[in-house]
Amino acid sequence: MAKTNMATTTDNKRDTIIEVKNVTKVFDGVTVVDDMNLAIKRGEFVTLLGPSGCGKTTLLRMIAGFETPTDGQIYVERTNVTEVPPYKRSINTVFQKYALFPHLNVYKNVAFGLKLKRIVVDAVDKQGKPILDKEGKQAKKTIKLTKQQIDDKVKYGLKMVGLDGYGGRDVSSLSGGQQQRVAIARALVCEPKVLLLDEPLGALDLKMRKEMQVELMRMHKELGITFVYVTHDQEEALTMSDTIVVIRDGVIQQVGTPKKIYDEPKNQYVADFIGESNILSGTMVADFRVQVEDKILPCSDKGFEKNEKVDLVIRPEDIEILPIEKAEVTALQGVVQISVFKGTYYEMEIKVGGYEFTVQNTVEQKIGSTVALKIDPNNIHIMKKDRVINEYKSEVIDEGVVEICGGNFECDTAGFEIGQEVIASFDFLATTLVDHEDNGTIGGFVANSLYKGKYYQVQVYTDDDQDIFVDTPDEWDIGDRIGITIKKDAIKLRLPDPQKDTHTGHPAEEAQSAPSSDEGEVAKQATNQPQDALAVSEDEI
Amino acid sequence: MNKKKVSKIFAKAFIYLVIVLLYLPIMVMVVYSFTNSNTMTWNGFSFALYQRVFVDPGISSAIRNTLVIALVSSTLATVIGTLTAYGIGYMRRPFKKAVGAMGQITIVNSDVVTAVAFMLFFITIRSIGIPINDGYATLIIAHTVITIPYVVLSVSPKIRRLNPNLYEAGLDLGAGPLNTVFRVILPQLVSGMVSGFALAFTLSLDDFVITQFNKGTSVNTISTLIYASASKGLEPAFRALSTIIFVTILLALVAFNAIKYRRDKIKSKKH
Repeated sequence: MAKTNMATTTDNKRDTIIEVKNVTKVFDGVTVVDDMNLAIKRGEFVTLLGPSGCGKTTLLRMIAGFETPTDGQIYVERTNVTEVPPYKRSINTVFQKYALFPHLNVYKNVAFGLKLKRIVVDAVDKQGKPILDKEGKQAKKTIKLTKQQIDDKVKYGLKMVGLDGYGGRDVSSLSGGQQQRVAIARALVCEPKVLLLDEPLGALDLKMRKEMQVELMRMHKELGITFVYVTHDQEEALTMSDTIVVIRDGVIQQVGTPKKIYDEPKNQYVADFIGESNILSGTMVADFRVQVEDKILPCSDKGFEKNEKVDLVIRPEDIEILPIEKAEVTALQGVVQISVFKGTYYEMEIKVGGYEFTVQNTVEQKIGSTVALKIDPNNIHIMKKDRVINEYKSEVIDEGVVEICGGNFECDTAGFEIGQEVIASFDFLATTLVDHEDNGTIGGFVANSLYKGKYYQVQVYTDDDQDIFVDTPDEWDIGDRIGITIKKDAIKLRLPDPQKDTHTGHPAEEAQSAPSSDEGEVAKQATNQPQDALAVSEDEI
Repeated sequence: MNKKKVSKIFAKAFIYLVIVLLYLPIMVMVVYSFTNSNTMTWNGFSFALYQRVFVDPGISSAIRNTLVIALVSSTLATVIGTLTAYGIGYMRRPFKKAVGAMGQITIVNSDVVTAVAFMLFFITIRSIGIPINDGYATLIIAHTVITIPYVVLSVSPKIRRLNPNLYEAGLDLGAGPLNTVFRVILPQLVSGMVSGFALAFTLSLDDFVITQFNKGTSVNTISTLIYASASKGLEPAFRALSTIIFVTILLALVAFNAIKYRRDKIKSKKH
């Protein structure tokens, strides 16, 4: 058998193979990918993870060349390929719906790319002596692969995916899993520098999906090709990847190893998306001390401002349950509300003060019993808050009326002139959501809803392209159209601060990064999610 | 005999009666094509009428005209119709529906209206100085235009069923856009194109009204020739010609179904 070394061999195994630089993609006025920066290292298994519509597939399609970025560049091995069509990129794609060619059998599907492949070789004359060009250098020529070479590669590819002997089969006679294997073989035999996989297991049933996950990891290891994998399945991402890129609303939230993403989520969205978690609001009273309700808990984070409002993430499996008599006085105490058997553990809801903790433990506690909760300081992860108050550039349009996000709200305008530009702020609790858009002053879509132990933090995306944060006891369905009202006396106005507030008409932005985090495995990473508001203060909840 | 049996026999008899009535006129024609007589009287078995079909210069030129026009116009219609269907398939929703509906209006439109419209259109074209002769040119144009919607109708479902990533998969594996269309997309549309072509071909063969209005004086197709001769007592050779056409279509239909049956059988075996 001829040499079929499909692995890309390089001297430096850990250099950057794909670089995404300030890439933005706008479809019909909607920004799907927003100024992304990402570097992918050679040989890595990178997963782009996020909910549907977050822009992960669009990013993948831009790397493949099916879409052209509205702005920014994409580099493959330091060559700008932004405008290079897909058929000239040494990148191959595996599609979610296989996209096999129905008129060709398995063998011909796999051979499709090979028949088109051209390789550059040294030109030789009939005696086998090298032909030299005008400058005396070795002349090159482009040739097709021979039938034998193609045959070898196809057979090797089919063997790789465990389908040797299936060459003559009609693709429509194969199961979904087998079809996806053919698609993977078809892409791999082209020996791409990067293999892109767009939710390749999305159409398969659970058992087949698990099997294919293992197969893909094996192939990645054997071939050494860089894999870029798109999924919305966090478990899949945690299982398979070297590096996970968490994307939300077209913005990269965090890049890191599965362990890092799980243990040290950068913000509440990452924490909520990866694994189960208790997300709570708290206050950093000192380094290594965080206050939740009236309890001060030891934690492992420092570097926050004194009394800074923060979010806490505590994984359900990291909470120990102790009998109340054995616990220290300072420990959290709660009453077991619900207990559900989940196969290998019990999942319990334990009410501590106003908060509901989700706790996973192998020992069941009686419903109604009072227990103490012990949390190791290392298992409390502190995250900087995205925003603690809603704040928007506004205009006083009449006495007692101010325009915020395209709606006219009543408020106290004493001391301000009509027509004056002001900054209006109101806290998360001052805002009320109503079922019907007409009953609210302005309308919007529920963009996100996050349970924070005792209330839901709902993010409403207004028609004015702004986000309003609302703390509410009710759960709102993501995607629903709702109305917003704001309490009259809760809206505070102030004059714009020319240094802090940008003049773009958009709310002032604040760059932030969690003080305790480092960039870790990743060569380069996008700036954190742009903030729509200033961090000022959050009213006590 | 009970009532149930009687009604069953009656129901069956009714069906056979309808079939006999359907085919009786054709059968009479077929039978009388094998006798050499000017009127519908039996004059002994003979192939004379068949001989005349191929000898008579008027008839053979009409056959040639009909086939050439049908072949050229249905080929053109297949090419244009497939491209149109592909274009419509990738349009945005509101336009897609509007264009799709507009394309189909000509199918339900009355033949006479279409025929007169073409006649007036060609007169207008000539009057502004574009030379276009009545005959082949006008008939090929008219037949192509009226059969395009049928090709669009038979190709569109194939385009709707295309995997949206198929074209991209072609590009991804190194085939350029044109190469991908020919190697990946067209093979998926072939069956729709073949049935569209067959439909266009038979429609063109069959057309009388539009042809009659636009053929001019020198060119005749089978249908217009038969019509012209019918006014002065039908030329008996047309009985033979009509039988040939009937048998040809019958054979084509049987062959088509046999192939389809065999293909389906092979497919179902594999599953």
